[in-house]
Amino acid sequence: MSVQAAADKTPAPDKRRGGSERGSGELKEERRRGRMGYWLILPGFLFLLLFFVLPVFSLLATSLYAKPPGADIGQFVPALEFNNYVRMLGSYWPELLRSFGFALIATAAALAIGYPMAYLIAVRLRHHALLRGILLVLIIAPFFTSFILRTQAWKQILADEGPVVSVLRTFALLPDDGRLTATAFAVVCGLTYNFLPFMALPIYANLERLDIRLIEAGNDLYASGFTTFRTVTLPLSMPGVIAGTLLTFIPAAGDYINAALLGNNRDTTMIGQVVDSRFFRVVDYPGASALSFVLMLAILALVFIYVRRFGTKELL
Amino acid sequence: MTQAPLQTENASAVGEESGADLVLGAITKRFGDFVAVEDLDLTIPAGKFFALLGPSGCGKTTTLRMVAGLEQPTSGTISIGGKDISRSGAHQRPVNTVFQNYALFPHMSVLDNVSFGLRRRKVRDARAQAEAALELVELSHLAARRPAQLSGGQQQRVALARAIVNHPAVLLLDEPLGALDMKLRRQMQVELKKIQTEVGLTFVHVTHDQEEAMTMADTVAVMNAGKVEQMGAPRELYELPRTVFVANFLGKSNLVAGDIVEDRGDAVVVNANGNRLAVLKERSTVQQGKALIGIRPEKLRMMWPQDAPADAANVLHGTVLDTSFTGVSTDYLVEVPGIGTVGVFSQNHGQQLAQPGDGVVLNWDTEHAFGLDGAEDAQYGAPEVDD
Ligand SMILES: Nc1ncnc2c1ncn2[C@@H]1O[C@H](COP(=O)(O)OP(=O)(O)O)[C@@H](O)[C@H]1O
Ligand SMILES: [Mg+2]
Repeated sequence: MSVQAAADKTPAPDKRRGGSERGSGELKEERRRGRMGYWLILPGFLFLLLFFVLPVFSLLATSLYAKPPGADIGQFVPALEFNNYVRMLGSYWPELLRSFGFALIATAAALAIGYPMAYLIAVRLRHHALLRGILLVLIIAPFFTSFILRTQAWKQILADEGPVVSVLRTFALLPDDGRLTATAFAVVCGLTYNFLPFMALPIYANLERLDIRLIEAGNDLYASGFTTFRTVTLPLSMPGVIAGTLLTFIPAAGDYINAALLGNNRDTTMIGQVVDSRFFRVVDYPGASALSFVLMLAILALVFIYVRRFGTKELL
Repeated sequence: MTQAPLQTENASAVGEESGADLVLGAITKRFGDFVAVEDLDLTIPAGKFFALLGPSGCGKTTTLRMVAGLEQPTSGTISIGGKDISRSGAHQRPVNTVFQNYALFPHMSVLDNVSFGLRRRKVRDARAQAEAALELVELSHLAARRPAQLSGGQQQRVALARAIVNHPAVLLLDEPLGALDMKLRRQMQVELKKIQTEVGLTFVHVTHDQEEAMTMADTVAVMNAGKVEQMGAPRELYELPRTVFVANFLGKSNLVAGDIVEDRGDAVVVNANGNRLAVLKERSTVQQGKALIGIRPEKLRMMWPQDAPADAANVLHGTVLDTSFTGVSTDYLVEVPGIGTVGVFSQNHGQQLAQPGDGVVLNWDTEHAFGLDGAEDAQYGAPEVDD
């Protein structure tokens, strides 16, 4: 029985303790902290009430105002003029649809560019702190210059004598008299570019927490790199993807700067431009409000369907 | 416990290689300048429970990861059943891993976790096989749960089922019981061993717990600083360690330094500060010059000076420094002048116990001693004092 001597080297007994017994003081403390939470959200709540909820009602009210006969420009009276909606939708449904179309394409493009970017930085470069920092700064850097200026720069990039057009023409991907400025393509490019960080950053934040060992476990269990991505990485990063797509799609659908600077007056007009011109040029406050309200409801409906379909309830 | 479904013809392309030896040939792994694994040669026989035992940081995980294909060796080859797999990707190797922290997929149910590998290989009755594997680890009732809803021990079993279900040629287990508490650990040791016998797969079990390795494994390889120090059956390693590290890391050893002064034919005699200690030649790695004579504490007989044998070999005179009575046995620390402190385990036969300060004589049979290279540090591999 000589081997028994070896039993001497058993590991030290586990010193962890079950946390089952808790003092009443601890419970009180917990309740106090719970109440504290309510106080902490109060400022945010008031802010939203004042600057979001109230304006929304004001918007709704304005959208139903009527113009009395013989009134001055910009003079409206409170009413329940539902015809404002009919009038606006009848005239501007193409711009509304186009806005969602552009936003959808831009979101898809931003996802296609932003996800690999986020994946590279968060997963592939996980142990390269310096490179990771540099790339993250590069993603955020555009925010340090003006939105308008950056959009304006796209005009130069896509200009008739610019590099993109000449390359495309060389490879006959664009007819010799074809152009990119003032086209739908330019508008979508601008939207994609401007909202890319809103796509990449939430996905990055999610992938940064991804346990690399799960990818290794996938490989170990006969899944190739791509299959592991499809079955493990992508499903686990869905919360980031959903956040990113919402943060891109919603502002892109209501954007008017890109269409105004990079589009034309014929076939690239977005709903934001229409609201802008109804409000500032035509001085049709009810019309502008009705359009804004429709835009808001449409986005809410789309987001609701989207989150319902791909929602995070299946995820952690 | 029945687990026939695990043995179905669906063992498929990957499972076919079950019953093939795993051979590591001159494997080296460097991280920059640091050599994590050095020129490692290892043959792991098919169907055996093999333990890779070594202190933390000695390169065990790195070795496993190279076998799994999750890390590329700097040089050397890895083959299974004679087929070189060094260049194939992790997903192509007939090897599965039970990860140190389980690495269960958090977004899948327990059942989906277990059937993951089968589904990747398009096995037809993946679901049925996964259910059978869950039954094997006695978790059928939790198949629909998410990993986060399981206890550590249950997660451990899911990780095991997820790997075993694929019938790999080699199953790699990286400190699979490390995160469990003592009681569960002992229980899982028995269970793991039982499961290995039942499914007949080759298990490579990595651990830093020498007792775990000894109780579970058919063969133990003791690893230290990126190299295998010694390999063999647990009993063989314990009774005849060939390096100081193994003598100290696997159980306790008394190592006494001296010079070989006499050749008796089948044995050599060492002079340790005037004491003559004999060791069989076949049990000694050195035949001349400096040597360390090793003797396990339980092999020592402790007696009163008047009872000491007349024969002068293998006798040490000393004074008891400390005793600790554990019921089954008493552990003594005996100070031997010119040699140092010697540990003795004395079984409780109802004999009179020695007290600190008592003069005693220690004696042992020559065939229990082992001889090691005297150039080594006698403390190498011993646990830290405050351990
Ligand atoms: N990716 C790595 N880069 C650098 N050093 C590493 C890496 N992985 C492991 N090491 C080093 O290699 C040695 C062996 O590590 P490991 O195989 O994990 O040891 P063990 O599993 O035996 O505790 C350790 O000193 C560790 O710091
Ligand atoms: Mg390890």
